[in-house]
Amino acid sequence: MITQQRSLSGSSQSPRSPSSQPFLSVSVTDPAKMGNGVQAYISYKVITKTNLPEYQGPEKIVIRRYSDFVWLHDRVFEKYKGIFIPPLPEKSTVEKFRFSAEFIEMRRQALDIFVNRIASHHELQQSEDLRTFLQADEQTMERARSQETGIFKKKPADLMQIFKDVQSKVSDMVLGKEKPVEESNPEYEKLKHYIFELEDHLAEAQKHAYRLVKRHRELGQSLSDFGNAVKLLGACEGNALGKAFSELGVKSEILSIKLQKEANHLLMNFEEPLKDYFRAVQSIKATIGERASAFRQQCELAETIKLKEIDLNKLRLTRSERMADVEDEYEELKADGEEATRRFETIVRLMNEEIVRFQEQKTLDMGLAFHEFAKGQARLANAIADGWRSLLPKLEACSSSQH
Amino acid sequence: MMGSENRGFEEAHLYASREEMESLVLDDSLTGKSYSDYRSAMSTLSETHHPLSPPIIATPTDTDPLLSPPPPPYSNVSNPNSPSNSYIEPPSYGDVNFSPLDADNGVGVNSIESPIEDLEKSMVLSRSSSSSSEYLKIMVSNPQKELGASNSIVPGGNTYFTYLITTRTNLPEFGGSEFSVRRRFKDVVTLSDRLSEAYRGFFIPPRPDKSVVESQVMQKQDFVEQRRVALEKYLQRLVAHPVIKKSDELRVFLQVQGKLPLPTTTDVASRMLDGAAKLPKQLFGDSVSAIGPQDVVQPAKGGRDLLRIFKELKQSMANDWGASKPPVEEEDKEFLEKKEKLHDLEQQLNNASQQAESLVKAQQDMGETMGELGLALIKLAKFENQEALLNTQRIRAADIKNAATAAVKASRFYRELNAQTVKHLDTLHEYLGLMLAIHTAFSDRSSALLTVQTLLSELSSLHLRGEKLEAASSKIFGGDKSRVHKIEELKETIRVTEGC
Repeated sequence: MITQQRSLSGSSQSPRSPSSQPFLSVSVTDPAKMGNGVQAYISYKVITKTNLPEYQGPEKIVIRRYSDFVWLHDRVFEKYKGIFIPPLPEKSTVEKFRFSAEFIEMRRQALDIFVNRIASHHELQQSEDLRTFLQADEQTMERARSQETGIFKKKPADLMQIFKDVQSKVSDMVLGKEKPVEESNPEYEKLKHYIFELEDHLAEAQKHAYRLVKRHRELGQSLSDFGNAVKLLGACEGNALGKAFSELGVKSEILSIKLQKEANHLLMNFEEPLKDYFRAVQSIKATIGERASAFRQQCELAETIKLKEIDLNKLRLTRSERMADVEDEYEELKADGEEATRRFETIVRLMNEEIVRFQEQKTLDMGLAFHEFAKGQARLANAIADGWRSLLPKLEACSSSQH
Repeated sequence: MMGSENRGFEEAHLYASREEMESLVLDDSLTGKSYSDYRSAMSTLSETHHPLSPPIIATPTDTDPLLSPPPPPYSNVSNPNSPSNSYIEPPSYGDVNFSPLDADNGVGVNSIESPIEDLEKSMVLSRSSSSSSEYLKIMVSNPQKELGASNSIVPGGNTYFTYLITTRTNLPEFGGSEFSVRRRFKDVVTLSDRLSEAYRGFFIPPRPDKSVVESQVMQKQDFVEQRRVALEKYLQRLVAHPVIKKSDELRVFLQVQGKLPLPTTTDVASRMLDGAAKLPKQLFGDSVSAIGPQDVVQPAKGGRDLLRIFKELKQSMANDWGASKPPVEEEDKEFLEKKEKLHDLEQQLNNASQQAESLVKAQQDMGETMGELGLALIKLAKFENQEALLNTQRIRAADIKNAATAAVKASRFYRELNAQTVKHLDTLHEYLGLMLAIHTAFSDRSSALLTVQTLLSELSSLHLRGEKLEAASSKIFGGDKSRVHKIEELKETIRVTEGC
C-alpha cells in the first residue's frame, strides 16, 4: 500500500472543516550564540504555524537549543518503534567550539528539515512530545530535557523489562544458548543486507563530495594566489605588458571568488543532502535494531511461557497450593507475550510502509540534489569560461598598443 | 596525454546518447549569447570551432588559424593533435625565442598578426622572423640508438642515442642551404660549454639538463622524446640569438659531419692535479710567471692555474676587507640599475612560477576528486539498480548514473585543461631558466672584473719591485748578475702583464 504523498505542510486526510485544510508548518530560524566559553551554545527560534486544535493558537514562537532537538528525537524514537525517525545532524564535539557561520547554518538547515519531517509524518505529527517541543515554555522544556538522563526516563514496566532481558541473557549464557534469536524472513534479510551495503556506498559518496568541496576551495585559493603573483610580476614590467599581466591577475582573483561561492553552494546543496541520506540510512539501522530486540523479547517470552506452562501442569498434577499463584503468573506472562507479539507485529507493519515512503522521499531528495549539483557546476564552468573569454579582448588591446 | 583526440570523439559519442543529461543543464547560456562576442573578438577563429558547445568540445581540426602563421619551429615539436582540441587556440607562447638584453634589440619583427603572441615582448623577445631576409631554421628528429665503441666493463653498456639535426638556412656562412648531421647529447653539452667560454657576458640560453638516470630509463620512448623536444627548443633559441647564431662553434656543430671530439675532462680533481703540478715551477720562478693574455679571458676559478687562483682570491679578499679601493670598479650606473630590476624580476618570476605550479596541482586535484566522486556514484547507481524492489529506486538509480557520468566527463575535461595550462605556464619556468643564464653572465662580468683588478694590482706591485731593484742595483757597483737577470725578467713580465 503506497502512502499518499505528503506535502511538507500538512496531512492530506479528509479535511476536518470544509473551509480550511489542517496544516502544521514549522521553521527553525535565527541562530544566536548564547553563553560563554565552554558552556556556549546556539539557540534557535522555532516558529509554529498551525490550525490544528491540539495546538494553542495559530502561531507560537519558542526558543530551543540542540539538546532539545535531541530530546524530541529520543522520545519519538522510544514511542514510535518501527517508524524511521528523521535523523539529526551530528552532535559535534570539536566544531562546537569553533561555531563557524557555515557550521551554524548547516545545522540550522538540518534541524529545520528534521522538525518538518516529524511534523509532516502522518503518525509522528500526532506525538505529544512534538507538541511539547513546539509549544512548551523554556523552563518546562529544560525540566523535560533533564529527565531524559539514564534510568529515570524508563517507566517501572520498562525497568522490569530491562531486568528480564538481563536475566534471560544470563540464563542463555549459562544454558549455552549464546546465539541471538533472529527472524528467518528471507525478504527481511534482503532488506537488511540492502541497508547495510547502502550505508557503505553512501559513506564513500559523501566522502568524495566532501573532498570535492575542499578542492573547490583550494582551487579558488590557488587561483587567487596566482593572480596576485602575476600582478606583482606585471609590476616589474612597464606599460602594455605590465597592464596585460595585471588584467590577468585581476581576472584570476575574480574567478577565484566564484569558485569559493560554488564551494559553499556545493556544500549546502549537494554534500548535505548526501550526508542526510547517509544519516537516514543509519536511522533505519536503529529501527532494524529495535525490530530485532522486539523479536527477541517475543521469542524469549514464548520460551518463558512454555516453561511456565510445564511448571503449571506439574503443579496441577500434584494439586499444590502454589498452583493459584503460578496460574496468575502464567496468565500474566501470556498477556505479556501477546503484548510483545503485538509490538513486534506493529513494527513489522510500520517498517513495510516506511520503507516505501523512504524510497520515494529519497528519490525526490537526491533528484533535487543532483539537479543542484549539475546546475552549480554548469554555472561555475560558464562563469569561468566567460571570465577568460572577456579577458581576451583586453589582452588584445594591451598588445596592440605595443606596436 | 594527447590521446585527447580520441577522447574527444568518444565523448561526443557518449554525449549524443545521453540527451537526458540536457535536462539537468538549466542555464542555457551555453548556446547563443556569448558566441557572437567571442567570434568578433577572435576574428581569426575558424568556423569549424564551437567554443563551448554544450558542453563538449568540437571535433579537433588540424588547421587552426591562430597557429597557422609561418610555422614556427615549434609546430614541429607539438603533437599533431595538441592544441586543436580546445576552443581557443593559444598562440603558442612556445614560439617565443629569447634574445639577451644587451644584444641588439632591433630584431623582433612580428610577422604574425595574432595579437596574443605579442604579449611576450617583455625582455625583448623576437619571433622567429620569417619575413626578414635571412633565416636559420632547425629541426631535431629521428632519434636512433647507437652502440659505443669504447671499453665497457658493463656488458651492453654505453649505448646512446643520436638525433638527426636538420638545418635550413640562407645565411652565407653556412655554404649550403640545407644539411643534416647526427649528434648525441654529449655533443650538445660540449657545444654549450664552448659557447659559454667564448661568449662571456652574454645571456646564453640554458641547455637542457643532463639526466642522472639509469640506462634503463634512458632508453625509454618518453625520455627520448622529451629530450628531442628539449634539444630542438634549445637549438632554436641559440639560433635566434643574433650573435651566437653567427658563432663558429655553432656552425661546426650544425654542419660538420662525423663525430665531434669529446671535451677534456673538467672535473675538479684533475684540474687540481694539473694545477698542483705547475705550482712549484711557478713559485720557484722557473717558468715565466706571467699569465698569458689568452688565459685572461677565462675566469681563474675554474682553471688549472693554481697560482692565478690564489692571486685572484687575494685580490677579492682585499676588495672585500681592504681599506684601499681596487683600481677599477663596477661603475656603470645603468648596469647597476638594470641589475636591480632583473633581480626584482627574478623574484617575481620565482613567485609566479611557484604559484603556477600550485595552481596546476589544484586543478589536477579537482579533476581527480571529481572523477572519484563520479566512480563512487556509478557504483551506488549500479547497486541501487540491482537491489531495486520499487520503481522509485530505479528512477533514482538512473538519476545517480547521469550525475555520475557527468562527473566523470568533467574530470576528463579538467585533465585536459591542466595539460593546456601546464603547457602555457611552462613559459614562466623557462624564463626562470633564462634567469640562470643571466646570473652566469653577471658572474662572468664580475670575475672578469676581478681578473682585471688582480692584474692591475700585480702590475703596480711589479712596477714597484722594478723600481726598487733598479734603485738597489744602482747603489751596488757592478751590479749583481742575478739581479740584472731578475730585472730583465721582471721587465718582461711587466710587458706581458700589461698586454693582458
